Amino acid sequence: MQFVQLIISGSAQGCIYGLIALGFVLIYKATETVTFAQGDLMMLGAFCGLVLMTILGFPFWLAVLCSIAAMAVFGVFVERLVIRPVLGQPAFSIVMLTIGIAYIARGLITMVPVIGTETHTLPVPYKDMTLRLGELVLAYEHLVVIGATALLCVGLYALFRYSKIGIAMQAASQNQIAAYYMGIPVQRLNGMVWGLAAAVAAIAGLLLAPITFVHANMGFIGLKAFPAAVVGGFGSLPGAIVGGLIIGIVESLSGFYLPEGFKDIAPYIVVLIMLMVKPNGLFGEKLRKKV
Amino acid sequence: MRYIFKTDYEQDIRIVKHGGQAFWYSLLGVFLLLSPWLLPEYLLAQLIFVLIYSVIGLGLMLLSGFTGQFSIGHAAFMGVGAYTQAVLTNAGWPFPLAFACAGGLSGIVGIVIGVPALRVKGIYLGIATLAFGFIVEEGMARWESVTGGNAGMHVKSPAMFGWTLDSNAEFYFLCLAITVGATLALLNLLRSPTGRAFVAIRDSEISAQSMGIHLARYKTVSFALSAALAGIGGALYAHKIKFLSPEQFSILQSIDLLLMVVIGGLGSVHGVFLGAIFLITMPQLIAMGKDYLPESVGQSPGLQAVVYGVVLVAFVMFEPHGLYGRWLKIRTYLQIFPFYRAGMFKRQKAFQKSDRLK
Repeated sequence: MQFVQLIISGSAQGCIYGLIALGFVLIYKATETVTFAQGDLMMLGAFCGLVLMTILGFPFWLAVLCSIAAMAVFGVFVERLVIRPVLGQPAFSIVMLTIGIAYIARGLITMVPVIGTETHTLPVPYKDMTLRLGELVLAYEHLVVIGATALLCVGLYALFRYSKIGIAMQAASQNQIAAYYMGIPVQRLNGMVWGLAAAVAAIAGLLLAPITFVHANMGFIGLKAFPAAVVGGFGSLPGAIVGGLIIGIVESLSGFYLPEGFKDIAPYIVVLIMLMVKPNGLFGEKLRKKV
Repeated sequence: MRYIFKTDYEQDIRIVKHGGQAFWYSLLGVFLLLSPWLLPEYLLAQLIFVLIYSVIGLGLMLLSGFTGQFSIGHAAFMGVGAYTQAVLTNAGWPFPLAFACAGGLSGIVGIVIGVPALRVKGIYLGIATLAFGFIVEEGMARWESVTGGNAGMHVKSPAMFGWTLDSNAEFYFLCLAITVGATLALLNLLRSPTGRAFVAIRDSEISAQSMGIHLARYKTVSFALSAALAGIGGALYAHKIKFLSPEQFSILQSIDLLLMVVIGGLGSVHGVFLGAIFLITMPQLIAMGKDYLPESVGQSPGLQAVVYGVVLVAFVMFEPHGLYGRWLKIRTYLQIFPFYRAGMFKRQKAFQKSDRLK
């Protein structure tokens, strides 16, 4: 029973990693840049929800929708103002740029009077409720995370499979120039991908907030989503979620069965092994570089 | 404007290119030699930090600026060096021996992390070094019998053969000697075939390989040298700060180091020093500017992060060659005064170079 319990709480945590990793993968596929700001976008999303719920007094559902929409707009803005002018620069410059964005976001949040420097709980309707199934005691917070992630995956699958925008995004990520010749506005789509990634990050933040707390440094969890993205294969959307689940479960099990200290580094050990054994990840395609 | 008329192949690889350089660098040298008497104690301590960070930065610059491999876990190498130095010094080893061990051990760790890292490149390498950094930090926190864990550990002053360097000035000269030595070694390396191979790998791995450069060997060498320099810097850092704890070598420190080389200017040795000066003086400037800002902004703990972030974003967007690139522009402007044109250093419109495999 204990084992099942650990698996479930690990999966919930893993879904969060998976959602952040999904953001990495979306952006990587679209613009071939790796962003370090994804964790901080998540933090901004959680703060946005917090302000809407506690200070402005919005009802829960409205606050969730508003903060997701706000973050999507924010993502589009970031892409337009900061990322687009430097595309084509060496990949590492862009990594440094996103680190800069992350620093700014984290610093600005602490400058907001009253809420910035403290830790908060997000008042969600399902706070502290548990579900008993025989011997299993499941926290609603974990179940909501898993359920919401599953729903989101179905939604994204439908988007990329059936909608024109999704198919255009896939085309642009496979070959930008060919997509451009086919009349797809690649740059505008890239902006939308950033918006989508920021929206996914906001969802992750709102789901994570009841489990941990809302504070300025919660974005550091984004660093654990890198292993998730690598384990799944950096260019694969389902891989991101699977990788996230693997990382979450490994972390939760090693926290229980291994000596103290292994919990925090287990994801990194997994990713190092993965890079040595199968650098393309579980779902990555095997490709060769042609000159 | 100075035209160097080259009449000899030797002139191409000479470290000092012309008389002007010789003059200015000797002036700088004289200033650095006299600074214990010229500068107040506090500024001297800051200067020591600049020197220490320069040594670490030289290592990172060799790896990222000249070989094109990025490490987001360089603080780990620095930590290995610092803890080795601390443990050996506290055990009573003389400074030169402990110092060599610190550099050597970091170098070996660099090889160990470099070998698996050869299979991966680009962002995967970044993530591998990031993961390695976290593991080392956790290791330093948990291996309490040696490192003192999170409670930290004190470091004695460097001592060799009955002579203890406990004053600031003595330690300053030690750091100065090591920094100058490291810089000359790096400059020398860069004009040797090995250094040329590094630069070739940075510019294009495929063309380097076709020229007969053994990628794996040179990348490993670069990793090892870079880690050894970081370890040497870490050893000096341990003596300067006198108290070590694992969070000094966290991811934030690694990012600070990257910030230093990027803001200084990737691919230039001058950039390392400019970046180190930036990294050390910036907190002081922020502290001075704090009082002029409104309370909620000036007193917030995130002010430094915002300033660093804005500077970083501004440099990547507007001055990708960093402080050194800016200095080159100013110098050219002055040298050819009224003939400077706006487009002289215009960035080439580059098509996105794709790492993606097709």
